[in-house]
Amino acid sequence: MKLTGAQIVWQSLVHEGVDTVFGISGGAVIHLYHALPDYPIHHVLMRHEQAAAHAADGYARATGRVGVCIATSGPGATNLVTGLATAYMDSSPVVAFTGQVATPAIGTDAFQEVDITGITLPITKHNYLVTDVHELPTVIKEAFHIARTGRPGPVLVDIAKDVQAAEIEYAYPEEVHLPGYRLEQDDLGSVVQQAADTINQAERPLIVAGHGVVLAGAEDALLQLVEKAGVPVVTTLLGISAMPETHPLCLGMAGMHGEAYTNLALSQADLIVSLGSRFDDRLTGPVAQFARQARIVHADIDPAEIGKNVPVDLAVVGDLKEVLPALVPLVEAGNWQAWRARIEEWQADSASRDILEQETDDLVPQYVVRQIWHATEGEVIVVSDVGQNQMWEAQYFVHHRRRGLLSSGGLGTMGFALPAAIGAQMGLPDEQVWVTAGDGGFQMNIQELATVVQEKLPLKMAILNNGYLGMVRQWQQLFFEGRYSGTPLLGPDFARVAEAYGIPGLTVREKSEAVPAILQAVQADGPILIDFRIVQEENVYPMVAPGAPVHDMIRRPEAPNASK
Amino acid sequence: MKHTLVALMEDKPGVLNRVSSLFRRRNYNIESLAVGHSETPGISRMTIVVEGDERVVEQVVKQLSKLINVTQVLNVSHRPAVFRELALIKVNAGPGTRSEIIELANVFHGRIVDVGLASMTVEITGPEDRVNSLLGLLRPYGIEELARTGRVAMARSGNGSNGTHA
Repeated sequence: MKLTGAQIVWQSLVHEGVDTVFGISGGAVIHLYHALPDYPIHHVLMRHEQAAAHAADGYARATGRVGVCIATSGPGATNLVTGLATAYMDSSPVVAFTGQVATPAIGTDAFQEVDITGITLPITKHNYLVTDVHELPTVIKEAFHIARTGRPGPVLVDIAKDVQAAEIEYAYPEEVHLPGYRLEQDDLGSVVQQAADTINQAERPLIVAGHGVVLAGAEDALLQLVEKAGVPVVTTLLGISAMPETHPLCLGMAGMHGEAYTNLALSQADLIVSLGSRFDDRLTGPVAQFARQARIVHADIDPAEIGKNVPVDLAVVGDLKEVLPALVPLVEAGNWQAWRARIEEWQADSASRDILEQETDDLVPQYVVRQIWHATEGEVIVVSDVGQNQMWEAQYFVHHRRRGLLSSGGLGTMGFALPAAIGAQMGLPDEQVWVTAGDGGFQMNIQELATVVQEKLPLKMAILNNGYLGMVRQWQQLFFEGRYSGTPLLGPDFARVAEAYGIPGLTVREKSEAVPAILQAVQADGPILIDFRIVQEENVYPMVAPGAPVHDMIRRPEAPNASK
Repeated sequence: MKHTLVALMEDKPGVLNRVSSLFRRRNYNIESLAVGHSETPGISRMTIVVEGDERVVEQVVKQLSKLINVTQVLNVSHRPAVFRELALIKVNAGPGTRSEIIELANVFHGRIVDVGLASMTVEITGPEDRVNSLLGLLRPYGIEELARTGRVAMARSGNGSNGTHA
C-alpha cells in the first residue's frame, strides 16, 4: 500500500497503540494535519506548544504509556523546548513530532526554519531529522522504542515538509536495529546477594525510593521488600507514590523541604539503599556532608547515574522490576527496634511543630491541601505546579495511590500543572484529576483553560494564591534581607477568568469556606476552579538552607499551644 | 591526569555534534579529539584525550556510551596501547639554516615534505612527547604554522608481550 509521509506517521502511531496526541497545527505540519482525520487518533488542540509537550508528559506519567505531541517548524518547535526539557529531567517517555521546512530549503534560514534537532540535542534522549521518506517508518519505530525502554525519555522526530508529502510503499518494521543502544543489566545473582547481605547486616538502614520505582512499575516489589525486611523508607519528590504514604514504614519525602525526621534519618543511617533515585542536590544538599555515616547501595537502570553525584559502596545496574523481586527472598526481617524508635521520637517532635496543630483562623495553604486530601480520600491524581504550592502539596497530601502525584521535579517548570493535568485526564478519563498550583505558575499556562472546556475535562483546579512568586519571596525573606524584588505578583480574579472560559469559579477567602468549596469541587461533574486567597507570607517548613547539610534545618518555631 | 578513550560510532550526520555537545554540556575537559574511519564501513573511530580524575573519566565513558549512535567506548589509558600523533610544522628556514633543520628532523624520524625559499615543512609522527621535543628544538627558528592531529590510539595485541608505550 502506498502512503504519504504524513499518512505513514499516523499509521505508525496506530501501530504503536497511540490513540491520543497533543498538538498545534502550522505550515510545516499541514500535510500531517491533512491526513489526520482518516485515522482513529484523537488530536487535542492545545493553545501553546509548551502545553502540548507538558500534556504529552502528563499523559505518559499518569498512564505509563508514551505521550505524543506535535508542533510545526520554527516557533512551534522552539515552544516545545521547555516541555521536552521537563520530560527529559524526569525521564518521561514522550515522542515529539515537529515539521521542518522542505529539504531543499534546510540551511537557508527559510521562513519558520529552526535547527530543532540541534536545539534539543541536550534535552532529548535522542532525536532525528528525517529528510528521506524511506527512513520514516524505521525512525518512528526506533523513536518509540528508545522513548519507552531503559531509562525512559523524550525523543524528537523532525520531519521535512516534502517528506510528509512524498509517497512510498509502506511497511512498519517488526524490530529495531540499534547497535549502540544497549540496555545494561548486571548479572543479578551475586550483586543482589551482596545487597541483601549489606541490608541484613545494617544497624540503621534506610531506603530512598525514587521515580525509578514508579517508572519500573516496581511498587509491589518495593512494598514486599520493605515489609519483609522492616526497613523504613523515605522518598524523593518524584518517588512519592512509589510506596503508600499511609504505610507506617513510609516516612515520606526527604530533602530540602522534607519533614525533619526524614533528613535526620538520612544523616543518622548507617546504610542507605537508593532505588531509582539519582541523588539530586535537593535530596542530598552538599554531597561531602551527605549521609556521612552510611554505606550506600545504589540500584539504577542507568549506569551513568552510579557514582555521578555520590560515591557508592555497591552498585546494582538493572531494571528495578527485576532487581527488587530478586532481592526480596534474600533479605531477612531485621531487628531494628532501636532505630525505628529513634525515628518515631523525631516524628513526634515534628508533629508538635505542625502548623495544623496550631489554632488559627487564617486560611493557610497547608490546611487547604490537607482538606483536599480528606475530601477526596486521597483517591485522586494530583498534578502539582512548582514552588511553595508544590512543597505544601507534597507535605500535606498523603499519597497512597499509584502514580497519584505528577510534578515537575528535575527542571522545576512553573506552568506544568494545568497542561500536564490535561494530559493525565485524557489518559485516565474515569479518574478525578486535581491541579494544585500557585498564582504565579497558573498564569504561565492559563490559556489552557480553553483546552479544558474544548475537551470537556472535569479537572478540579485549586490555586493557592498568595500574590507572590512565593518560594523566591521566602528565600528573599530568609536569605536576602527581606528585599522582595520581583516577587510581588499581580493576578487576575481567577474565578472570573474561569467563568469567562465557561468554567465555574469560586473564591475562598475565609478558612470556613474552604471545605464547602472543596466538597463542591469533588462532587462537580465538570471542571471547577477554586481561588484560595491564602495567607500571603506563609513559608514552607522545614527548610534546608542552600549549602547547608540536610540535617541542619530551619524549623517552624514550636507552637505554645502544641499538644504533646 | 590524562586519559585516552577510543569510541566507535555510527558515521552519520550530526554524530560528531552529539559527542562534542555532550563534552561541552557536562563540562568535560577535552585535550584532543581525533576522528576518522575505522575498519568497519559506516563506523567512525574517535580518540579522545580527556583531563580528569578516575571518577570524571568513568562519567565520560558512561555518558558517551549512552549516546544512541555510539557503539563502543574503551578506556585504553591503563592498558598496553600505541599512541601516535602527526604534526606538520612549517618553520622559517633560509639557506643558512636548512641543513640544521633537516638534521633535526632526521634525528626525530621526521620528513621534509615541502621546501620554499624562506621556510620548510616538517612532518613528524610519534608519541606526543617526541613531537613536543622536535617542536621545542624548532621553535628558535620561528614556527610559521603548526597543524597537530591530536592523539590516535590503538590497544596492543594481547600476544604475551608486555607492550611498552613506545
